[in-house]
Amino acid sequence: MKRIYVNEDRCIGCHLCEWECAFANSGLDKMFKLKGRFGSEFVPRIQVEGGEKSDINFAVNCRHCTGAVCVQSCIAGALSKTDEGMVVIDREKCVGCFTCVLVCPFGAIMPAADGKAAQKCMLCTDNSVGEPNCVKYCPNDAIVYEER
Amino acid sequence: MEYVIIGNGTAAIACIEGIRTEDKQGEIALISSENRHCYGRPLISYKLLGRISADKMDYRPRDFYENNNVRTYLGREAVKIDAAAKTVVLDGGEKIPYSKLLVATGSRPFIPPVSGLDKIKYHTFMTYDDMEALERELSEDKRVLVVGAGLIGLKCVEGILHRVKSVTVVDVADRVLPSILDPDGARIIRAELEECGVKFILGDSAAEFTDGTAVLKSGARVEFDILVMAVGVRPNVSLIKDCGGDVDRGITVNAKCETSLPDIYAAGDCSEGYDMSVDSKRVLAILPNAYFQGKCAGINMAGGVASFVNAVPMNAIGFFGSHVLSAGSYDGELIVNEVSDSSLRKLYVKDGKLSGFVLINDFARAGVYTSLIRNSTPLSDVDLELLKEKPQLLAFSKEERKKKLARRV
Repeated sequence: MKRIYVNEDRCIGCHLCEWECAFANSGLDKMFKLKGRFGSEFVPRIQVEGGEKSDINFAVNCRHCTGAVCVQSCIAGALSKTDEGMVVIDREKCVGCFTCVLVCPFGAIMPAADGKAAQKCMLCTDNSVGEPNCVKYCPNDAIVYEER
Repeated sequence: MEYVIIGNGTAAIACIEGIRTEDKQGEIALISSENRHCYGRPLISYKLLGRISADKMDYRPRDFYENNNVRTYLGREAVKIDAAAKTVVLDGGEKIPYSKLLVATGSRPFIPPVSGLDKIKYHTFMTYDDMEALERELSEDKRVLVVGAGLIGLKCVEGILHRVKSVTVVDVADRVLPSILDPDGARIIRAELEECGVKFILGDSAAEFTDGTAVLKSGARVEFDILVMAVGVRPNVSLIKDCGGDVDRGITVNAKCETSLPDIYAAGDCSEGYDMSVDSKRVLAILPNAYFQGKCAGINMAGGVASFVNAVPMNAIGFFGSHVLSAGSYDGELIVNEVSDSSLRKLYVKDGKLSGFVLINDFARAGVYTSLIRNSTPLSDVDLELLKEKPQLLAFSKEERKKKLARRV
């Protein structure tokens, strides 16, 4: 299965991937409409680490782990793996206990904006874009979508 | 191969998934006294709260047993294990032979011997049936007394509070969630629940019950229409004990989840395995642990190789708007200690490793901390100052980050 991989030498910490992620999952028609709502009403599923105190930057989102500990730990059976290996969440089943947040070694799953369920990267298969929007618009190939 | 599983909770389901990674053909029989499709047990409080509907509570899809070629005996009791003949005896006398057996019998409520309790009606809160029985009695004019301010008691409170007139919680401990929270953390959660209308009587316990009244040790009286007993649980060990297997507080298991009896495994709340956070055997009755153990048992039962050696306590629990995420033990040096009225961050270090943490309402990416505990990562390999600030992968070396983010994991 194709996954998203990081090349931190190429990441300048522009945070565009976060905006593209939030935009792809927002259902909005223009990205500027996220203004003032980004991070609160629309929470990105990818996050860039590093910043002012560091010249290192890199983006982190779900690794779709082989033995995903979030899937094993979910109290509701809301997290599962597809036959291809993608970790998916059923928001209708999630009760927002955040055991997944407690166990994800990458810090790649987080509460959704309403705080009542978790959210995670599903490689844009759950929105109209269809393939990772963060990768598509990364100007530096600091994240790539491929088989490894 | 004939696999037999007693139980239908998390450990049992994980065992099926473990077996099927190794053996697609062998016959699996599953026996459960509950006549239900597997469901997420901790969801019963969310059902009462209205957060989830009954049809969303299945722990695995409806075709799970069929897809995994599992023969179910639901609503049937396993009454005896004949370890010599390698059979499980059901109520009614039917015998089911096994090549490999998993005991995943879970736990049951502990009911303290309080005077008068045997003469009145009370509820417990562990199963779907318990939840339904309680739900049938809920109405806006009812006063509820919950005995026990632990996880089960307080989740029950959260579920019913909006559906009854009042809820009073009594616990012998001087704080809420005493097994998970220190006094600082307990104060935050208690305040949150009190703000929602819950009344607490702590450091006191029931001395006598009459119909509708509890007399406490202090002499105080609490009147109630509904009584819920949630003081603790006990592992269901009798099947193993009765056939001569080693039992302490729970069924003794090794790192492969084997009991002391040949070809018999145990997993989940009924078992007592090694807890690395306290370096000793302990019953760790938490759901992720049940899954890890059940999966490990299943793989071994089917001839694969698995061991589960990094069990630690881990809890993620929410009440209304507040969330507590914790892992490990709190007996190390306190290196982060931030406490406010509504949030808390505490990190503990011992022997050069992160030994435990508690986060309340400031828990983003907590799993980065949990993985440091579960992997026993030496703090000399990471930037501790960055980790004290917040959980982040920046604290790892570039090499280590590459393994995490530039490779398949």
